[in-house]
Formats: sequence, C-alpha cells, structure tokens
Amino acid sequence: MHNPGMVSIWFLIGILLTAYGLIITAVGLFEYFAPPAATTVLANLHPGLWWGLLILVLGAFYCWRFQPRKTK
Amino acid sequence: MADRLVHLSNADVLIVALYFAMVIGIGVYLKRYTNTGEDFFLAGRGMSAWIAGLSFVAANLGALELMGWASAAYQYGILATHWYWIGAIPAMLFLAIVMMPFYYISKTHSVPGYLRLRFGEGARAVSAITFAFMTVLMSGINMFSMALVMKVVLGWDIHFSIWVSSLTVAAYVFLGGLLSAIFNEVLQFFLIWLGALLIPILGLVEAGGWSGMVARIHQNFPGQDYTHLWRGLGSFADNPMGIHWTGIVLGLGWVVSFGYWTTDFLVVQRVLSARNLHAARMAPIIGSGFKMLVPFIVILPGLLALAVLPEKLVGESVAAAQGGHSYNEVLPLMLARYCGPGLLGLGITALIAGFMSGMAGNVSAFATVWTYDIYRALIRKSATDAHYLNMGRWCTLIGVLVSIGTAYLVMQFQSIMDYVQALFSFFIAPLFGTVLLGMLWKRATPAGGVWGLVAGTLSSIGMWAWVKIDPSALAIIALSSNAKDMAENMYRALWSWLICAGVTVVVSYLTTPKPEAELAGLVYGCTQIPSERELRLTRRPIFWAGVACAAFLVLNVIFW
Repeated sequence: MHNPGMVSIWFLIGILLTAYGLIITAVGLFEYFAPPAATTVLANLHPGLWWGLLILVLGAFYCWRFQPRKTK
Repeated sequence: MADRLVHLSNADVLIVALYFAMVIGIGVYLKRYTNTGEDFFLAGRGMSAWIAGLSFVAANLGALELMGWASAAYQYGILATHWYWIGAIPAMLFLAIVMMPFYYISKTHSVPGYLRLRFGEGARAVSAITFAFMTVLMSGINMFSMALVMKVVLGWDIHFSIWVSSLTVAAYVFLGGLLSAIFNEVLQFFLIWLGALLIPILGLVEAGGWSGMVARIHQNFPGQDYTHLWRGLGSFADNPMGIHWTGIVLGLGWVVSFGYWTTDFLVVQRVLSARNLHAARMAPIIGSGFKMLVPFIVILPGLLALAVLPEKLVGESVAAAQGGHSYNEVLPLMLARYCGPGLLGLGITALIAGFMSGMAGNVSAFATVWTYDIYRALIRKSATDAHYLNMGRWCTLIGVLVSIGTAYLVMQFQSIMDYVQALFSFFIAPLFGTVLLGMLWKRATPAGGVWGLVAGTLSSIGMWAWVKIDPSALAIIALSSNAKDMAENMYRALWSWLICAGVTVVVSYLTTPKPEAELAGLVYGCTQIPSERELRLTRRPIFWAGVACAAFLVLNVIFW
C-alpha cells in the first residue's frame, strides 16, 4: 500500500460489491417469487439471484480480508 | 427522450448512483495523500505489482475496448481477438522483461521524459506535443462512445452524458491525481468484469455452448469464416477484415502493439507508479494474464450476437438512413437481451466504468506530459513543486474541457475504431522506433532520434493523405487493393516505423554519439540491471513471463 494510514483499495471494492450484491440479490429474490410480465432471455434461470449472491460473497470476503484494522 | 433499448428500474438507478458516489468519494478521500508532484503524477511510486498491473489493463479497457471491439467481433469475427493476443501479449511481456528496467532506473516521469534523457529536448518536445494532441483526441473518442451508448440504451441526451461523465472524471483526477485514477481503475476493472461476464455465460447457454454458437453462425452467415484466428489470413480476400497474416504479425503484432504497450504513456505511467523495479516488471506480466481473458467479455459477446440475435446489424450510416441497429450497438443489445433489473444497472455501470477508466487514463497522462514535458520544459523551467502540482490539477480540468470539444468533433467520423488505429500509426509507431533504438543501440545519437521521429510521423500522415487523395495508392501502401481500413493502418504503421528506424540509423552514423558515461541507466550495455537470480523461481518475472507466453501460444493453437 502506498501510505500506511490509507484504507486499502480492496476494502473499498469490497464495500461497493457488498452493496451491489445486496441490491441485486434482493431484486432477484423479488423476481423469483413475483416474476415480472416482461422478461429477458433465460430469465427462467434467475441469473440475478445467483449472480447477486456471488457478488455479495465476493464483496463480503474483500471487506473482511482487507478491513482497515486487519491491514494495519 | 429518444427511443431506447431498455428502461432502468429503481434498483438500476441506485446501482449507477452508488458508483458515481464511490468514485467521487475515492477522489475526495485520496486528496489528503496527494501533496507533492510525485504523489499527483506518479501516485508516489508506491503501488504494488497487482494494483499497477490491474490499472495498466483497466486504463486500456475503455469505451473503445468494450463497444468498439464487440462491434468489430460482429463485423470481423474472432479476428478481432488478434488485438488482444498477438496485438498485446508479446509487447506487454517485452515491456516487463526488456524495457521496464530502463524506464524505471532512469527515474523518468514520462516517456517523453525518457527521450529527453536519451536524445535531448528536441525528441522530448516532438513526442510530448504529439502525445498531448493524441491524448485529448482519444479522450474525446471515449466520451463520444459513452454518450452514444447512453443514448441508444437509455435514451439519455448525448450532451448530458458527455458533460456528467467527463466532469466526474475531472473531479476525481483533479482531487487525487494518478493515485485516484489508479484506485478507480482497479475498482472499475472489477465492475467491468462483473457487469460484462454474465453476457457470454448466458449467451453460451442460449447458443448451446461453443459448438452450438459456431453452428448457428454458419447457419446465419453461410460461407463466411468468423471463428478461426489464422486460417483465413493467407489471402486478403479470404477473411472479413481484408488483411493478410503479414499485416497482423508485422503491422499489428510488432509495430502497433509494441508501440502502444511499450511507449504510450497512458499505460506506461501506470507501471511507473510501482513501488520498486520488481513490482514494475511484474505489473505488465500480471496485466497480460488478464488481457488474455478480456476477449471472453468483449469478443465473445460479438460472436454470440452473430449466433443469437434475430436481426442483422448494419453500419452506422446504413442504420441512420434505413433504421435498425448498428454494429456499435451490439454490446448494449446483448445486455438488454439477458439482463433484467439489477443486473442491467450493473451492466450499465460496467460500461460507464469502462468509459471513465479510459478517460481518466488519458486525462492523468495528459496532465503529466503537459506539466513536466511541455510546461516545465518549454514555458516555466524553474518553479516550486507546489506550483507544478497546481498546474497538474488545473491542467486536468483544461484537458477535460478540450476533450469535450474533441468529442463533438469525433461525432463527425463514421467509424470510431478505424480513426483510432489511424492515430496510432501517426504517432505511436514512429515513437516505438525511436524509443527502441534509444534503449538498445548505444550508437543512436540525439540528432538521429529527433529526425527519425519527425520523419516517421510525417511519413505516416503523408501516406494517410496520399490514400485519401488517390485511393489507388492503397495497393502500394497496404500491398493490395483489397485491403480494408484496418489493414491499411497496420501497413502504414509498419512503413512509418521502418522509415523512423532507417532515418535514425542513417543520421546517427552521420553525427556524433553521446559518451557512454552519459548513457548509464538509459541504454542496454551501459546500465547495471539488478539481478533477480537470488529470488526463488516463482518470484522471478521471467518465469511468469514464460507462463504467460505459453498460455498465449496455447490459446492461438486452440482457436487457430
């Protein structure tokens, strides 16, 4: 890291990905239980749900692994 | 509002808004760590190999990569992949293993700065001015591309898109300089992958895997080969790009690729920010690994579009005259095909991130070259570091405003990619000749360097003008009247590089070289390069360069 006191870029990435994962998973869950009338191709595979979960896990891992206290 | 491909839901808007908040937030946060010129222009030379490597690739993963090459894949098939593999990997590895020690040990701030150390002020002035000119044009192209996507996909006003995105980039680069640009580029790299990767995954599921996709392409476009890298390159007329393998190997794989990846300061600046020589050598190697994978999110969607889209896409002018969608819309069309609420926001964010990383790369490189190689060298030679830091900040804003102006100019051009390739052949190909001879040949003299660079650049522009005035000249420049624009650019780059090298050699033999003592740290044979033999094998750059090289060869054989 460039400066010892600086928050890691990986932690910032983790924050954004966690937020994105939560939003996309929530939308995916909502669509799973209440499918919209107009759908995309392969919407039956619920890509939003599993992609959202993947991003959430990735983001949470980065937040945990690179949290400021751990990297100091 | 104009017609649009998709409508954003509240979740999509929230995702896009969070992205803008994050990039601005990073700029505000990093301002406190940007107190000197070294911090602002070279990120304090403190980046790890991974951060410098990802930034190195992300700065190149701009609008043209995402939009332009997906479009090119639809038009030319898998041939577009050459720009990612033979057109990038050997050059990136060459930069890491051969050239990086000279850039790093000389402690230069920029590529024009290296030319000053090696050839004097004349070479620096020529390369700095041409680079600054090219950079603001490239930045304008990025803006235009982004605004085009936003117009097609979301129906946003083209002027609104240009101003909002460019001022956001201006804000975070103004605040945190290269440090902020690099942090955001790494973030953008993640977003681009996560936002774009779903398209090829779902596309392959729909098409029935690779073999299913190939079968569908043959069914939709009978008699044309879109899925082989090398097989159709034996003749200009046997492939949709109208290019011969010599143009790909010598023009693209040698001159254009090596010129861009080893001398274009936009990408080299990212590597110069590394914290030591080992990190600086590893960064392009790490970047090459990711670069090899980029076709899976850029080229594959273009190929899948050939297989699964019910309509046939057409050129920009035909689309404007007769309706329908143009090649340049292929990525947004695929995004709209597979991505519902949430994912659509992520995909749009990926596109915006790509545009911003490309634009920030141009702006931060422009600020450095302007401040150190034009302003300090030609206008105000002795001022405080704080003065140059302020100049860099304000130059960021000015660079963005000039780029906005060029974005409006770019709107007049029909084909974005051909225009960019023409620019490369004008400025980058001769520059590569000058830098390469400067690094590897002790006998190259300052006069040889300057005159070679000038002759290469002018000859390239001259060849371009010649074909514009007399189209029959194409058969001479590109070796065939069947050659298309891209092939012409490749050959023009090759000729201009040869002219640059030839003039440099001839003038050097006619003039007096510098004493060897003045070439220490700048030239092969006069520079003590730190040995890495004490490192274990898996820590050595040469080992990982070998791994990357092997992967590159395997990929070319698989898709031969």
